[in-house]
Amino acid sequence: MVGGPWEPVIGLECHVELNTRTKMFCSCPNRFGAEPNTDTCPVCLGHPGSLPVPNREAIARIILIGLALGSTIAARSIFHRKHYFYPDMPKNFQISQYDLPICVGGALEIDLPDGSAKRVGITRVHMEEDTGKTTHASASGRIHDAAHALVDYNRAGVPLVECVSEPDLRSPEEAGAYLRELRALLGALGVSDVRMEEGSLRCDANVSVRPVGSDELGTKIEIKNLNSVRSLERALAYEIDRQTRALEAGEVLVQETRHWDEDAGRTTVMRSKEEAFDYRYFPEPDIPPIEPDPAWIEELRARLPELPRARRDRYVREHGLRPEVARVLVADPGASDLFERTVALGAPPERAANWITQDLAALRKAGEGRVGPEHLAELIAMLDRGEITGASAKVALEEAFATGDPVPVIVERRGLAALADADALAEAVRAAIDAHPDAVERFRAGNEGVLGFLVGQVMRATGGTADPRRVADLLRERLG
Amino acid sequence: MPVEIDLRYVARLARLELGEDEIATLAPQLAQILEHAGRIAAVATEHVPPTASPLPRVNVWRDDEPEPPLPVDEALRNAPDREGDRFRVPRIVEGG
Repeated sequence: MVGGPWEPVIGLECHVELNTRTKMFCSCPNRFGAEPNTDTCPVCLGHPGSLPVPNREAIARIILIGLALGSTIAARSIFHRKHYFYPDMPKNFQISQYDLPICVGGALEIDLPDGSAKRVGITRVHMEEDTGKTTHASASGRIHDAAHALVDYNRAGVPLVECVSEPDLRSPEEAGAYLRELRALLGALGVSDVRMEEGSLRCDANVSVRPVGSDELGTKIEIKNLNSVRSLERALAYEIDRQTRALEAGEVLVQETRHWDEDAGRTTVMRSKEEAFDYRYFPEPDIPPIEPDPAWIEELRARLPELPRARRDRYVREHGLRPEVARVLVADPGASDLFERTVALGAPPERAANWITQDLAALRKAGEGRVGPEHLAELIAMLDRGEITGASAKVALEEAFATGDPVPVIVERRGLAALADADALAEAVRAAIDAHPDAVERFRAGNEGVLGFLVGQVMRATGGTADPRRVADLLRERLG
Repeated sequence: MPVEIDLRYVARLARLELGEDEIATLAPQLAQILEHAGRIAAVATEHVPPTASPLPRVNVWRDDEPEPPLPVDEALRNAPDREGDRFRVPRIVEGG
């Protein structure tokens, strides 16, 4: 028996739906959430005699991805048919790539928690088509006794890019960092919506365990159904633990595919190697080879935006942001873009970043709002001039998010202007003191904490328009 | 050269149910086809790139412009069965 300590060896296969306007091999619209089977045609329904024609923009986008990862763009690449029988593939084969993918090699650099960086090798990036969506349903609504499956082919034929990493990852955290970095990269390129919850970015993991220092690979287990970075990290931690225990108990692991059960927090066997599919790949005779013109590739290279890593470094270097703030900002292209434009209007970078990654991020979870850089710049400027309080600024931001109205208009309309009138403020302070004699007594007895309560009473009475620091000063003055 | 072929395996992959008499007829026929392909493979072609497509063309593609898809009833017209606007098929069993 081989002894520990053990180390995990992890590689990821990520599937990315491209956000082109049309599908990969036909002109059907490519969109999420349409009514079932309303975006189909003879090609994506696999009708005999229909002819697939590649989408040039999808090819452009996979080349962009390859260039961003430092891959070699193949001078000649072909499509293959991958055969299997499953009702989500109406043709009984998927058009994919086999031995001649469009992008070969490359690397993705990830940041590790200790601040160091790691280059994770990319084996290949290839082009294929997505499958339809199958749901199981029965009269009882329960899945396990469903007699039938229902299929929606809207997603069948959507351009799908598969990115395969080398087995270079050594922990669940590294795998998570890789997936986050890839998502940020694809988002920055604008080639995909990269929404894991909608399935536009999906991930399978290959993991094995071996004694530390060994050059040999252990028995590889594939894990499927990883729908978030958190699922990926949890599933890997579970699987590494399971394999290590098995090896320490002297068991022999078999190559198999396992399914991650998010609720139960464990993996279960889907199929073993003996049941593995024989896909009988052969060249797709209906699609002539792809030979991208070198001039076109250079044109695409010139289209590459600043990549997340470079952008994060620049935010730290030029704008003095903390690395973790830069990371949150850059992970979201919309937020990053808003930050740049807000700073361009003269807002202090750190303040702009904080508003975007905190209050605005909370609002944006519910959907895109109507806040632009001018709103944020104005909001921060009014705060700095003491024209509104922090509490009022939050209210103004919420309203700007919903309406898109200019901040000064909202401040005026909602009466959010800071209470500058000394008499009105003094009156509010006096009222709070009169209304809470117990609190006043406790404060005078030395309980400093009660001051916060009294400040809160004044803030409430003034609808958040009073400056809390001035209120605290006034209270001390009166009670001192 | 004679070519061994596991016809039962090939039939299973293609979801074909073959009787013993069919296997007896088809096995020699398929072997003959493969022998012919084997003769072609024996020709020295090290310096010839593999032919991926019989057409002397490359980069046949289209612009990313949507066209109207089929009306949903038209899309479902050939469906063996439907439920609402979805295709209804027998329950899927993994590894089957």
